[in-house]
Amino acid sequence: MALKARHKRFILIGIGLGLIGLAAMLILNAFQSNMVFFYTPTQAAQGDVPKNTSFRIGGLVEENSFKRGEDGLSVRFVITDTAKTVPVLYKGVLPDLFKEGKGVVAQGKLGEDGMFTASEVLAKHDENYMPPEAAEALKQAQTQSNTVVMPK
Amino acid sequence: MVANEQSQSNRQNCDKDVDVIPEIGHFSLILALLTAVLLGSIPLIGAARGNAVWIGLAKPLVNVQFLLIAFAFICLAYAFATNDFSVAYVAKNSNSKLPLQFRIAAVWGGHEGSLLLWALILSMWTVAVGLFSKHIPDNMRARILGVMGLVSVGFLLFMLIASNPFERMIPAALDGSDLNPLLQDPGMIFHPPMLYMGYVGFSVAFAFSIAALLGGQLDAAWARWSRPWTTLAWVFLTIGIMLGSNWAYYELGWGGWWFWDAVENASFMPWLVGTALIHSLAVTEKRGSFKAWTVLLAICAFSLSLLGTFLVRSGVITSVHAFATDPRRGVFILAFLVVVIGGSLALYAWRAPKIGRGGQFDVVSRESFLLANNVLLAVAAMAVLLGTLYPLFVDALGYGKISVGPPYFDAVFAPLMAPALFLMGVGPIARWKESSLPELATRLRWALAISLILAIALPFALGNFTAWIGFGLFLAFWVFVTSFELIYKRLAKSTGSLMARIQANSRSWWGMVIAHLGIAVFTLGVTIVKGYESEIAVKMAPGEVAHLAGYDFTFDGVKAVQGPNFEASVGQIHVSKNGKLRTVLEPQKRIYTVSGMPMTEAGISPHFIHDLYASLGEPLGDGAWSVRIYHKPMVEWIWFGCLMMGFGGILAIADKRYRLRNRSKNDTPSNTSGAAV
Repeated sequence: MALKARHKRFILIGIGLGLIGLAAMLILNAFQSNMVFFYTPTQAAQGDVPKNTSFRIGGLVEENSFKRGEDGLSVRFVITDTAKTVPVLYKGVLPDLFKEGKGVVAQGKLGEDGMFTASEVLAKHDENYMPPEAAEALKQAQTQSNTVVMPK
Repeated sequence: MVANEQSQSNRQNCDKDVDVIPEIGHFSLILALLTAVLLGSIPLIGAARGNAVWIGLAKPLVNVQFLLIAFAFICLAYAFATNDFSVAYVAKNSNSKLPLQFRIAAVWGGHEGSLLLWALILSMWTVAVGLFSKHIPDNMRARILGVMGLVSVGFLLFMLIASNPFERMIPAALDGSDLNPLLQDPGMIFHPPMLYMGYVGFSVAFAFSIAALLGGQLDAAWARWSRPWTTLAWVFLTIGIMLGSNWAYYELGWGGWWFWDAVENASFMPWLVGTALIHSLAVTEKRGSFKAWTVLLAICAFSLSLLGTFLVRSGVITSVHAFATDPRRGVFILAFLVVVIGGSLALYAWRAPKIGRGGQFDVVSRESFLLANNVLLAVAAMAVLLGTLYPLFVDALGYGKISVGPPYFDAVFAPLMAPALFLMGVGPIARWKESSLPELATRLRWALAISLILAIALPFALGNFTAWIGFGLFLAFWVFVTSFELIYKRLAKSTGSLMARIQANSRSWWGMVIAHLGIAVFTLGVTIVKGYESEIAVKMAPGEVAHLAGYDFTFDGVKAVQGPNFEASVGQIHVSKNGKLRTVLEPQKRIYTVSGMPMTEAGISPHFIHDLYASLGEPLGDGAWSVRIYHKPMVEWIWFGCLMMGFGGILAIADKRYRLRNRSKNDTPSNTSGAAV
């Protein structure tokens, strides 16, 4: 009888561990395939970005680059990190705080023609705060311009 | 601190109506810290040495601590109410044009004030434990209150060192920079206090566990004492999360009710672990098993509450580097988390083996079903933790920026929760210790057949069948049908009138059933809204009509309305079906004058069957606007399900077995410490 009880516990522990292992696999798999990476316009211009996969790009909306299509919903604008720019196409309602000269983060795919088709344009939370990704892009462009552009 | 005194004297020279209330509040906080230090030491030492006088000090200290913190809180609220912009925190989070109710809610609108709210709520829970624990042995109670005092020391110290809400500003601001417009909403008045009641409430379960580890007493009685507290905290957290979700739904204007963003996840992780905890406590009370696991869950639930508070409030989420702008805060928070989590886990590793095992149980038994539920919930919480913290770690280590969005959480969550929902139909009818699988299958086969048929028939009737919809509906109906079968069997077993039959079952049993039905309602709502919602984004000029889900939305244009501290463009959209007017939606776009920040207020017509929802995008010239229109079938069921869960929890707490113990012990004058109050 004692053996039987022990057997039962082994079965229970075995099932439990098996399920936890399965869950862990599922989680890590989902995790890996759903990570969205962030790139700067400079990286996009250099071709350091994935093809056919969605990623995020951030920077400032370039002044005087914003154009609205006939339907009132398709918009084009240019994201800049002050060194390089990427043209963006988006169809939909823009977030409240979208403005030329302000920080922006877009998620989408980069086409062969260099046009970034955004599926999502992200809002930031208040007037003072720059989306962290956008701030990062500007910072990187600045350090690069200090080191690389100087010799030119 | 020197700067503080200086500012005061400076102000006295130039300002006429200076008052020292903020300084009094500050002083009150310092006294509260001293009280908390005493509370966190004397009763614990007393309990270890068996010194009745030291043990007896716990309750008066608890009351004094509460009065001091409450007084400090009132001082801060007074500074907000009277627009004292010489207080930096008030200047940052309020404005003279802000309506009074939001000025009061602004007390917890920022980092410092929400810590004060946290500390206040902690002291309230501590007082409550002191009041309603006459049936608990004195040394045990002293340990519980002492542990809560230690937690309070951490928070008060943090506030006084690095986040003082009473700090003055030289020179005083002429006016405040206003509360974030996102937060200027009735949701701000109720959601954070509710959520904090839940977060902090888990400190009680935590303190019970630590006290049990310290004292080495962990039995069915201990579980019965800590159960109502844990359930109550869980109820608050459930309602708090529900309010937050509903708030996001109408405030953000995107029609979403859950975004899997870090702030939401921070509240959801303690909920998941807390849910596991209330189930595990049931086993510990009824069968004496799962003791060590229960204690571990209690530690985890509270640790995640702490983590959640700091994640949301320290600004790490918006930017890891915000942490670095005030290194004192970051270092303190990390140190505090390490001490609380590391310390309690170390204590657990040391003492848990002494707690002992509970009763044996079979592979097929209610215990093992509940164990499976616990494991699933714990794994789900870990998956959320991974998705929330990993991007922060990657960023902090300088490996670039990544984001983990809703697709990850959806992909992970559904497969983990599906078996948990399935087990909800099986667990409550399985016998403790040893159950029979064939017997369960026989009893459940009709429920299985009915829910399968409904899950296939309903989507076809609604005109859209996908595997996910069918699966979600099956799980919802499964919980419904098995619960009703269970109710029917239980009622049939007893005799008398219907009321008598209902009362023949305990309130905690009814609470369980209603909470489970709440989950079913919630699941049904989620499945239907995910499967059948529709939306359009259109440019609308006045008089133009948009069509969605069989409704005609006519845009009547926008008129300007002046609010107390904002200018609003109020749109009017009347909705009709087959020429008959159904409702009028009035979405707003506000510009808050102080910060210049635009804000969307959705126009919603909530309904039992579906919500009609519209929000304004941007003006496109000539009176035309971009407008988003949503049709959200059964979305209200999501929040109603949460309310049912909360109600179930309250029923469970109201169970006679908690009350009777209380009363019968109250009658016997055995409590020595009562004299000390």
